[in-house]
Order: sequence, then structure tokens, then C-alpha cells
Amino acid sequence: MNYNWDWGVFFKSTGVGSETYLDWYITGLGWTIAIAIAAWIIALLLGSVLGVMRTVPNRLVSGIATAYVELFRNVPLLVQLFIWYFLVPDLLPENLQEWYKQDLNPTTSALISVVVCLGLFTAARVCEQVRTGIQALPRGQEAAARAMGFSLPQVYWNVLLPQAYRIIIPPLTSEFLNVFKNSSVASLIGLMELLAQTKQTAEFSANLFEAFTLATLIYFTLNMGLMLLMRMVEKKVAVPGLISVGGK
Amino acid sequence: MDFSGIIPALPGLWNGMVMTLQLMVMGIVGGIVLGTILALMRLSSSKLLSNFAGAYVNYFRSIPLLLVITWFYLAVPFVLRWITGEDTPVGAFTSCVVAFMMFEAAYFCEIVRAGVQSISKGQMGAAQALGMTYGQTMRLIILPQAFRKMTPLLLQQSIILFQDTSLVYTVGLVDFLNSARASGDIIGRSNEFLVFAGVVYFVISFSASFLVKRLQKRITV
Repeated sequence: MNYNWDWGVFFKSTGVGSETYLDWYITGLGWTIAIAIAAWIIALLLGSVLGVMRTVPNRLVSGIATAYVELFRNVPLLVQLFIWYFLVPDLLPENLQEWYKQDLNPTTSALISVVVCLGLFTAARVCEQVRTGIQALPRGQEAAARAMGFSLPQVYWNVLLPQAYRIIIPPLTSEFLNVFKNSSVASLIGLMELLAQTKQTAEFSANLFEAFTLATLIYFTLNMGLMLLMRMVEKKVAVPGLISVGGK
Repeated sequence: MDFSGIIPALPGLWNGMVMTLQLMVMGIVGGIVLGTILALMRLSSSKLLSNFAGAYVNYFRSIPLLLVITWFYLAVPFVLRWITGEDTPVGAFTSCVVAFMMFEAAYFCEIVRAGVQSISKGQMGAAQALGMTYGQTMRLIILPQAFRKMTPLLLQQSIILFQDTSLVYTVGLVDFLNSARASGDIIGRSNEFLVFAGVVYFVISFSASFLVKRLQKRITV
């Protein structure tokens, strides 16, 4: 089998409509970003709530959060995705089920499954980071705030969380990047995100090395770009006088 | 929900689990060996070697595992043909093992590097003062201590790999998840089999993490 290298392949027509292969990649990247950002919003909100719950002095509340984290961290992402995509719709009430399976177009229902799945999956990881951030603060912070008459919610909202978030930006960044990478599982339930478009390009054009090289470059650039961006944010919001500032 | 169909399917599921464990063990062993070599390159005084290892790690850590598995599955036959000049049939299993080894090596490299760096400088100096070569120092003094320190991290990463092996679904390899999907589909009970697969993954990962945490408590000073 001979292999014909052709780096110009991306500007060629795919034979489907008037699109070039590059258009496929752009569409794919758009989906990848949309999935990742939507899932990240869920993960950040839910993860923060769970992270706070884990540090609250109430065994039931912290137990619930711990159980959540253990459950979502110990089941493979792909199994979770299949559960959200195949199993959960079957458990919905009759009329909702009909709407989900028949009225929604397949892309939308797959998108909902992936975003919910990735969001809840990542929330468990975010929870652990938020908890670490809160626990890394000197205990005096909480005690001092309580002594000044803050209620527990006020202590978290005004004293602990603003500091915790600023400490945990580096690990949160790597979780954020993981969401982008993990969003590639969407290709397995038929969403045409970046990896799926790459596979399709490889199949249509027979230029598989070029196709995958471009995909790699896109993921790589996305990662590096976001990392640099987050490093700037980190420097900007660093708590003066705390640990090493600006990632040593 | 009717879970009774699972019992007759157990032998098939067990074969799938064996496949999963094989992938995992080969990925871990290859990944640790390659990762250790990369870590030593990264720590070496040669700029060329350390930059190469740095680039390798950055590269593999910024792309999804699923992409690596898919790419290798398609590319390994081509690459082998270029190297050997003849058609060598490679199964999905081999290409997946190679993908796991190379991908995990990037993560293991960082763990080993941190482990080696955590050993006090005096150890290196003392070994060299005794007349040991660099190779002897690493092999007999530094690495044994470093590996002891990083055992919990290596195990944690192995548990992650255990879960990630399920991604071989994409190339149709019949691992545990895929065999559960297949046996469930045949008798029209795919949901039950999916739940069963999830429970099995959970029980294994959860108990393994629990043991790792206990080990960590025991070996931390």
C-alpha cells in the first residue's frame, strides 16, 4: 500500500456540498468548544457547591458530597456517557421520554447527554479542588470570621471562597483543559466534534496522517493558549503574600 | 430491570475483563519503563535530551487519549510497513497497547521526575563520592528510593488507566465494557448490562483507591 502525502488536502472539496475539509475541522472545533464550555459551567457550579458541602461541619452534608465524588470518580467516563445517553432517557416519565426520543433531533439529544455527563463527571474533580483550596487556608480565617459574628454562609461567601478560588486556579485550569480533551468521547455517540470530523476526513480523503496531525495541532494549540491565558489570570488575582505567585 | 440474564453471560464478561486487565497491565509496565527513561532524559544535563522529553510529555498531555487510540489504530500498520517493508498484520489489541504505553509514559514521566527530584541532593553526592557512576547511582541509590516514595501516585495513575481502557470501545476491541454492551444487546437487556458494568468498574476502582489511600498513610513519614 502506497501512501500519498498531500498537505494541501485540507483545502480540497470534501465532495459533500461545497465544503472543504478545513470547514469540517472548523465545525468540529466549534462543537468541541461548545460542549466543553457548557459542561464546564455545570462542573464549576455543582463542583463548588459540593466542595463547600465537603468542608461543612455536618456529617450528613459532607457525607453526601463524599459519596458523589466517589461515585463519579470510580466509574469510567465512557460508562457514564452510555448511562446518560442510553439508560437515563428510558427512566424519564412517559411524555418527557417521548419528547426526548422523538421530538428532539438526534444531535440535540446527544449534545444534552454529553454536556450533562461531562459536567457531572468534572464536578467531582472540581469539588476536590475547591475542598483542597478551602482546607489550605489557615484555620484562623474561619475562626476570626466567626468571632466577628459572621454566619456560616457569610464566612464561606465573604472570607473562605474568595481566597480559595484564587489558590486553586492552577489545578482548576488543568481540569478545564481535561474537559476539552474528554469532550472527544462525544464522537462515540455520533456528535460531529473535532475527533469525529478528523476520523471522517481521514476516511474520505485517505490522508490519515495529515488529518490526525492537524487535529493534534488544534488540540495542542487550544491547550497551550488556554494555559497561557489562565496563567495571566492567575498572576492577576494572586493573593499577595501567599505561596509562590505566578506558577514557579 | 431484570438482571437474571447476567448470570449465563458471566463467562463472556470474564473474557472481557481479562482483556481489560491485559491492556491495563501491559500499559502500566510499558508506561512505567518508558516513563522512567523519559524522566531521566528530562533530568539529564543534556539540553537536547531534556527538551525532547519535555516536548514528548507536553505533546501527549495536551491531546485526548481517544485521539491517540484512534490514530494509532489507523496508523500503526502503515508505520510498520515503512519500517519492515512488508505487510505485517497488526491487530487492534497491539495498536491499543502501544497507544496506552506511549500515552501513559507521559504521565508516568512526570510522576517519576517528581519522585527523583524529591530525593535529597546529598544522596547523589554521597554515591558519587563513593565512586559510583551515574548509572549505578540512579539504579542502586536514587530510583529505589524514588519509586518507594511515588508508589501511591503510580497506583493512582494505574487506577485511572484501568478506567481509561474502556475507550478501546472505539476500535471494537472486546474489553469488559464492550462485552457487556454486546451481551446486553443480544438479549435486549442493554440497560441492565450497562448498570452491571458500571457497578463492577466502581467496585474495583473504589476498593483499589481505598487500599492505595491506606498504603499512602502507612508509608508517609
